[in-house]
Amino acid sequence: MAYSGSSTPRYGDNSGGTLRLLAYLALGVALMVTDHRSGALAQLRNGGATAVEPVWWLASLPARLVAFGNAAISNQTRLNRENVDLQQRLLLANARIQRLQSLAQENDRLRGLLGGTRGYRLAVQLAGILDIDLDPVRQRIVLDVGASQGVHVGQVVIDAGGVLGQVIAVTPTHATALLITDPDHAVPVQAVRSGLRLIAYGTGHSDRLIVSNIPQSGDIKVGDELITSGIGGRFPAGFPVGRVSAVEPDASHAFVAATVTPTARLDRSGSVLLVWELSDDGAAVGPPIPADLAARRAAAALAQAAVANQSSASPNALPMQAQSSAAHAPAALQLPLHPVVPAHRVLLKPAPSKPAPSQRGQHR
Amino acid sequence: MNRSHAGFFWLPLSVLLAILLGLLPLPDLIAPLRPYFLGLMLIYWLLETPDRVGMGAAFTIGLIGDLAFGTLLGEQALRLTVLAFIVQRFRARLRFFPLWQQSLAVFALLANDRVIAAAVRVALDEGVPRWPFWLSPLLVLPLWPWLVVLFDTLRMRARDRR
Repeated sequence: MAYSGSSTPRYGDNSGGTLRLLAYLALGVALMVTDHRSGALAQLRNGGATAVEPVWWLASLPARLVAFGNAAISNQTRLNRENVDLQQRLLLANARIQRLQSLAQENDRLRGLLGGTRGYRLAVQLAGILDIDLDPVRQRIVLDVGASQGVHVGQVVIDAGGVLGQVIAVTPTHATALLITDPDHAVPVQAVRSGLRLIAYGTGHSDRLIVSNIPQSGDIKVGDELITSGIGGRFPAGFPVGRVSAVEPDASHAFVAATVTPTARLDRSGSVLLVWELSDDGAAVGPPIPADLAARRAAAALAQAAVANQSSASPNALPMQAQSSAAHAPAALQLPLHPVVPAHRVLLKPAPSKPAPSQRGQHR
Repeated sequence: MNRSHAGFFWLPLSVLLAILLGLLPLPDLIAPLRPYFLGLMLIYWLLETPDRVGMGAAFTIGLIGDLAFGTLLGEQALRLTVLAFIVQRFRARLRFFPLWQQSLAVFALLANDRVIAAAVRVALDEGVPRWPFWLSPLLVLPLWPWLVVLFDTLRMRARDRR
């Protein structure tokens, strides 16, 4: 040992170093493949993510301090102005909710007349976005609510504009959501105007989705609004997803590809809403759900019950319509969304009134 | 004895710092310029305390990074292991380069790291990343000498105080 104090395996036995490198490379690749292809490492990942939560908290501290400082030094007049503005907006929003409520009641009545179709309610919970940059190439956000608030994998994340993404991992106090613009993400959509069902894929750009493989005969054009179709069972039907900004033939000229601008504010809006699905009688609603998802839903239903018990104490619960639905968990929006038939659909965000597709058909 | 004790304290601290710097929100415009701090820290420790930090440590730090940044488990571990291997190979030379030359070498190392990261993305079917992805090693050139001086000074102070 001529190199006292700085001896490493690299001197003399380079082959040993190479072997070790190969061993580590194999281990790394094996880990990646396992993590990518199966959920076998989910437990490990969850445990690890719990361990790094304090680090996330620390990393988001500067942003929070800035926000706090802003609030502390902003002057009275500005706050007053903001207050007036917000009150006006609240008034408008309340008026809209009133309108929606009457629509919902009417919808319920009509549904009763038709008979048989079950309604199901959606509840939302407010969640803040933790202001940290994860991998910038992948489109993900970290939310400041987690399993202890009943959040579960697969839950849909929305904001005032529309669908934002879905929860892909939860730890006790945080949740990671995959945005709809991530290249790994796809969301089943439907064109409001024509009823055409499609799938919108993420592109990795936060201002663009792509809908490929539209048949040449497909009725789609620039300006069409796309909403979730509810097919696949993960996204409840009726949430706005985006607006078609360009339609052009794809490379093969056999199909058409549309570019879609998401309606949700994907570039870091301050807080988002997590959607809970509550069926009236606990029975399955909508299209058939994949088996693994069904199991998770069942678990979620239990968690939901737990949340209902503590919702009064939870500061995150949105006290929307508290007087009319005190019995329901975090803020039940009394919007009976029907999963498939578009004519029964009520948008959470009141879109500019358009004729329902069925009526449209009669016009033509 | 003293020295090893000091190193024991500094390594986890610098890893934590590197992760924090990596997570810190930056405006979208300059976010792609953010250097790979975890890799920088690792190179520094590989050069300074090779008997303590090797490929095993690199792999472990990479796993911690994967958990913190939500990347695929094993991705950063793989990248850092490769980084460690190359640094170990050329350590004898790297260590006695003048600082500006060293920063060139570190730039090359991190550029190589980007290539591996891109290769992983392609293997995962995510396509070749767009051009901002390649900007991250650039800032290393001016940053490296300061980082080395800062860390050397801090460690020297800590040792003297003991």
